[in-house]
Amino acid sequence: MSTKLPKVPAVIVGMGWAGGIIASELTKAGIKVVGIERGKERTTNDYLMGHDELRFQHRTELMQDLSKETITHRNDPNMRALPMRSYGTFIVGDGVGGAGSHWNGQTYRFLPYDFEIKSLTEEKYGTNKLGSEYTLQDWGITYDEIEPYYDTFEKMAGISGETVEMYGHRSNPYPTGPMVKTPTFELFEEATKKLGYHPYMLPSANLSENYTNPDGISRSACQYCAFCENFGCEYGAKADPVVTVIPVAKETGNLDLRTHSNVTRILNDGTKATGVVYVNTITGEEFEQPADVVIVTSYVFNNVRLLLNSNLGTPYNPETGEGSIGKNYCYQVSAGATTLFYEDKAFNNYAGAGALGIEIPDFAGDNFDHSDVNFIHGSGIRMTQYGNRPIAINQVPSGTPSWGAEFKKQSIKYANSTLQVKSQGASMPHKDNYLDLDPEYKDAYGMPLLRMTYDYTEQDKELVKYMSKVTRKIAEKIGADHYETTEEQATFNVNVDTNTHNTGGVIMGADSKTSAVNSYLQMWEAENVFVIGASAFPHNSSFNPTGTIGALSYRASEGIIKYLKDGGGSLV
Amino acid sequence: MEESEKYGLDEKGSSRRKFLRNSGVAAGGVVVGSVLGGLIGFGGEKQHQAPKTEHEHAAPAANPNAALMFFTPDQYQTTIAATERIFPADENGPGAADLNVAIYIDHQLASPWGINAKDYMLGAFYKAEATQQEQVRILRKDLFLLGLKGLDDYSGNKFDSKFTSLEGEQQDEILTEFENGEYKLSGVSSSIFFDLLRILTIEGAYADPMYGGNKDMEGWAMRKFPGSRMNYNNEVVSKEFIELEPESLQSHMGH
Ligand SMILES: Cc1cc2nc3c(=O)[nH]c(=O)nc-3n(C[C@H](O)[C@H](O)[C@H](O)COP(=O)(O)OP(=O)(O)OC[C@H]3O[C@@H](n4cnc5c(N)ncnc54)[C@H](O)[C@@H]3O)c2cc1C
Ligand code: SF4
Repeated sequence: MSTKLPKVPAVIVGMGWAGGIIASELTKAGIKVVGIERGKERTTNDYLMGHDELRFQHRTELMQDLSKETITHRNDPNMRALPMRSYGTFIVGDGVGGAGSHWNGQTYRFLPYDFEIKSLTEEKYGTNKLGSEYTLQDWGITYDEIEPYYDTFEKMAGISGETVEMYGHRSNPYPTGPMVKTPTFELFEEATKKLGYHPYMLPSANLSENYTNPDGISRSACQYCAFCENFGCEYGAKADPVVTVIPVAKETGNLDLRTHSNVTRILNDGTKATGVVYVNTITGEEFEQPADVVIVTSYVFNNVRLLLNSNLGTPYNPETGEGSIGKNYCYQVSAGATTLFYEDKAFNNYAGAGALGIEIPDFAGDNFDHSDVNFIHGSGIRMTQYGNRPIAINQVPSGTPSWGAEFKKQSIKYANSTLQVKSQGASMPHKDNYLDLDPEYKDAYGMPLLRMTYDYTEQDKELVKYMSKVTRKIAEKIGADHYETTEEQATFNVNVDTNTHNTGGVIMGADSKTSAVNSYLQMWEAENVFVIGASAFPHNSSFNPTGTIGALSYRASEGIIKYLKDGGGSLV
Repeated sequence: MEESEKYGLDEKGSSRRKFLRNSGVAAGGVVVGSVLGGLIGFGGEKQHQAPKTEHEHAAPAANPNAALMFFTPDQYQTTIAATERIFPADENGPGAADLNVAIYIDHQLASPWGINAKDYMLGAFYKAEATQQEQVRILRKDLFLLGLKGLDDYSGNKFDSKFTSLEGEQQDEILTEFENGEYKLSGVSSSIFFDLLRILTIEGAYADPMYGGNKDMEGWAMRKFPGSRMNYNNEVVSKEFIELEPESLQSHMGH
């Protein structure tokens, strides 16, 4: 039996970046909001003993508790999907702040090309560049339309960066200047310039200088402490919902934040939602929270799973291509890389920050001609310095055993004497890559788990091959005693592949037949349900997703406020 | 910057010399168990546990954390021997035995992680395809003990001896076969145990010393890792390598 609570104007499911932004915008506009979060409350106090590699990186303290729920995975529809029982490197956030508490902070915009990828690709390369099994779609919004929202997000977070000519136009420069250029970045810069490329410092949410945002939130500059990716920032230097949008929402008095509360279903009559059901994860009590608007910001996986478990929207059918919930799940391809080994040079690679990096834009999007290659889009080619931690990073030349005297000798010898030129590439949707409900496995509350059917495509493999050669070329220009290049993209394995950039499943578009939400992330099939996150991306670009999630969250907030004011209706 | 550079180098140099002096590890020498002389009075000879000499009471090395909460003394000895082969003492510095890696493993297996508290353990455990994660029902603490027993059983079969009594090369031979999954533990491939043993060894060498391993931060010192300092504003822009004395989380207490 669930306890029915008094109705509120808006309920938000999940208090990460998307949920936090919506909460702050709605509460500032005077709207009463209930924010429901399955994990715990967090403040910077939680980060004070944070420099603990074992606890936070390898025991994944801040991540989703897999004993309660996980995903299942198979590479193709003929396999039986099996649950990810423990974490490899594929991690999901949890608690107030979501993955925004332990992200790196690399904060990009997508390209003008991304938003109109289908039209622009066909215009330039014809309709057969990729086969019809690639379900490429325009986003239903242009870069010019989304630009002001990027600007708002960047000002709120205080993004540190420099303008890049080869990317979309900016109405304003970044609010703070770029991070420091390390000596190894100078090597990368010199080499790439000699090759005719255009290096720039990564846009970073680790503040390069003290900053006060338009909400009046002041934060101090990054200390390059190197416990950043997978860790919370005790200085508040890293933009995190916990030190930005959530305190703003709390300050209004309009946010009722409920932690340890796991939403299991969205109540609805097929065309409209009436509220949500959630379980207190500590006591086991069940509650029903009625609301005028239901805002789903529970990350890609649960955004899809909650809709499917609630019978909201039409599930995607890979046989017919009809339906949209679960469609166009994409990832990213980052296999192509070259490692540089040095015999008698050491670098201060124990120092760093999550978004400290340098990159070239020359191989991103359609910045180079694709007439003679078998793929579209591209990669950022980059060198980063996050801080090498000793359990995680043990680079040894190939052929070195993985244990014993030789392993120890080589891993210590090269502990401070390797560099890497890496790539992070775009991921195109394919009709056989999708999300649905697992027929067998359930979560701790008895609800079906999400099943991922995914493998890298031919497009991905071609892209990786090409980009790995670019990394090699740059590495050789930098110069080292020994190089090792990964040239091929292996088969997808949920416990091996490192990338936290999952996208799709509740995609946006201009057409209700081929997409799930409109350009305000309002569901076509249920006008008072807004589903926000990277789940809305019809494909994944080569850039990290959160800048675009932030921009879409600001746009959705605008739509939700209008919807509540107008008393309903489609926003487009 | 120059100051910290100088400070770091001098401090580090002396601490490394001190290590070599204290531990008596000769370059390349294998010292399984030797450093534990003071620790393992209970290692089978019960009477040694009894009244301590004054000298032992005064020993500055007494570390209340270096005691067993999970292993039996025999299991502990096997763990010391196996981890030392994975991460041996050499001219860089101490190996797993001297770093208290087996203490670290003991404590980890006694923790919620040892009983897979945050892993998904529901539903059926089917055989995984090569591109899927191994589906292991056995809890880590049980898997580790199965593996230790397997090491002894297999050593018995092959060399008619316990694992701890074998020569280093023989131990390597056994470990290699375990790594390749050539020995079948009940219900699971030996390679799954080996992977656990290997990663726990690396963790025990390099995790914060509060977890019981990485004794005196010597694991970090070997690779010139400064531990958990609060800022690297100077180091991050320095063209010279700056070697800093490691600091552990203990140094953050009382902030
Ligand atoms: C280690 C790491 C590094 C990253 N680095 C970068 C980077 O450098 N740049 C970048 O752009 N992106 C990065 N990302 C990705 C980034 O963190 C995410 O894109 C972003 O946090 C997504 O925001 P979100 O609000 O959609 O989801 P999240 O931040 O994941 O928040 C979702 C929230 O919903 C809650 N929730 C889920 N299900 C339920 C439920 N049923 N009931 C109640 N609450 C629920 C979760 O607990 C969570 O708090 C990184 C991610 C990780 C893990
Ligand atoms: S590297 Fe900078 S932003 Fe990251 S946690 Fe440390 S101080 Fe914070």
